[in-house]
Amino acid sequence: MSLLREAALIAGKDLRIEARARVVGQQVVPFGLIVLLLFAFALDPDRGVLTRVAPGLFWVTVLLAVLLGVSRAFALEADNGARDALRMSGLDGSSIFLGKAGALAVELLAFEALLTLGVVVLFDVRLASLPPLILASAAATVGLAAAGTLYGVLAAGIRARETLVPMLLLPVVAPVLLGATRAWEASIDGVPGDAWPWVGLLVIFATLFVGIGMLAFGPLLEES
Amino acid sequence: MIDDGSALRSDRLMAPVARRVVGGLAVVTLVALVVVGLFVAPPDALQGDAQRLMYLHVPAAWLAYLAFGVTAVCSALYLWGRTRSLVWDRIAGASAELGVVFTGLTLLLGSLWGRPIWGVWWAWDARLVTTAVLFFLYLGYLALRRIPAALDVRAKRCGVAALIAFVDVPIVHFSVTWWRTLHQEATVFNPDLDVQIEGTMALALWLGVLSFTLLYVYLLDLRYRLEVLDEDRDERDLEAAIAERAHGAVPSAGTVGVGS
Repeated sequence: MSLLREAALIAGKDLRIEARARVVGQQVVPFGLIVLLLFAFALDPDRGVLTRVAPGLFWVTVLLAVLLGVSRAFALEADNGARDALRMSGLDGSSIFLGKAGALAVELLAFEALLTLGVVVLFDVRLASLPPLILASAAATVGLAAAGTLYGVLAAGIRARETLVPMLLLPVVAPVLLGATRAWEASIDGVPGDAWPWVGLLVIFATLFVGIGMLAFGPLLEES
Repeated sequence: MIDDGSALRSDRLMAPVARRVVGGLAVVTLVALVVVGLFVAPPDALQGDAQRLMYLHVPAAWLAYLAFGVTAVCSALYLWGRTRSLVWDRIAGASAELGVVFTGLTLLLGSLWGRPIWGVWWAWDARLVTTAVLFFLYLGYLALRRIPAALDVRAKRCGVAALIAFVDVPIVHFSVTWWRTLHQEATVFNPDLDVQIEGTMALALWLGVLSFTLLYVYLLDLRYRLEVLDEDRDERDLEAAIAERAHGAVPSAGTVGVGS
């Protein structure tokens, strides 16, 4: 089996479980919308502050959702010796990584689509130029999913993982928050030219972490 | 003694004599730094006495970079199969700990220096933000090290985390610099730092770097030794617990502390 077929197999498994359990749909998406409401409480919605800082709020919310998604992605295999089964499945470590990161990226993209709707409706944001916005979101999501999956497996066997993963992951993905927020701001302001350099940065980040993940995931899975 | 099955198996980095010599030299140079930095070097023309903080701030920053560099190199040496040895892992951990201390010191001293000169405790300068992220990256690394696990499992986990942090730092620095330069034209750092520096001031600065580096080497060895003793104790505790179980010495099973 080729790398990508194996990855599709793992991603399919994760997404199928997700489709049946509906944790992302019933818990993570409402969580994101609640966070948007809380931001409106914290920052007076009447003064236009929300509209101005919407890109930042959007991506902070996505980061919080990534933490939930990562913990969910590895909780799937915590029971019934499923992780041992995965280890002994004979699948290559890098394809398991691509599969799990891919499934997480798909879930995140769905989450972001709904959250975008929330931002547009609740924060009165007008998306002026879509291409850089979509590409920045896609690259950021791949980077977040890759880094998240990497730290997820690193902490998989650890009892304190719920508190450890945020501490390890958030500083690492700080550039994604920065780049994605700036790219969104430029897209919303209608100056896509300012967004493209940030899209480049996000692509570099994503490529780097997909690469590290493919190398390191196998050995880390053995130890978890 | 822990046997990690490698040729590079050592329970100390330096001979005790060497450590004492390094420690002694660190004390001597630190005293010299205090004398030169506080009394010999003149106060700065613009900043007055506050500028003397530079003699601690700059060496602390240099040491932080050195320490994290050592952590990265040692982590890579551990992860690379042919040079795998717990020696590297111990050095990496010890150095990261010192790096975090020196980074914290850099931020703290910088903040104390910034208050009288810039009028604020903190500025969103690229260098400051990068340093803060660096601090948190390695704080996470230390948290990971503290998680109980078999030594080789921990070493592998932490090695990967250290390398991720190392790869991430340039990206953080680049993105933050970019972000700040788009917002403001010049940095808040006083340009007069780069201009000529008076002779005794330069001497104080070099004394700072020298004394801090000696201190780093001394503490690294000390921390390494502590780590070895820690591993020994864990091993002995484990053996004692197994022996106790085997002989049924404790009828009321209770809890057997295996260092969790």
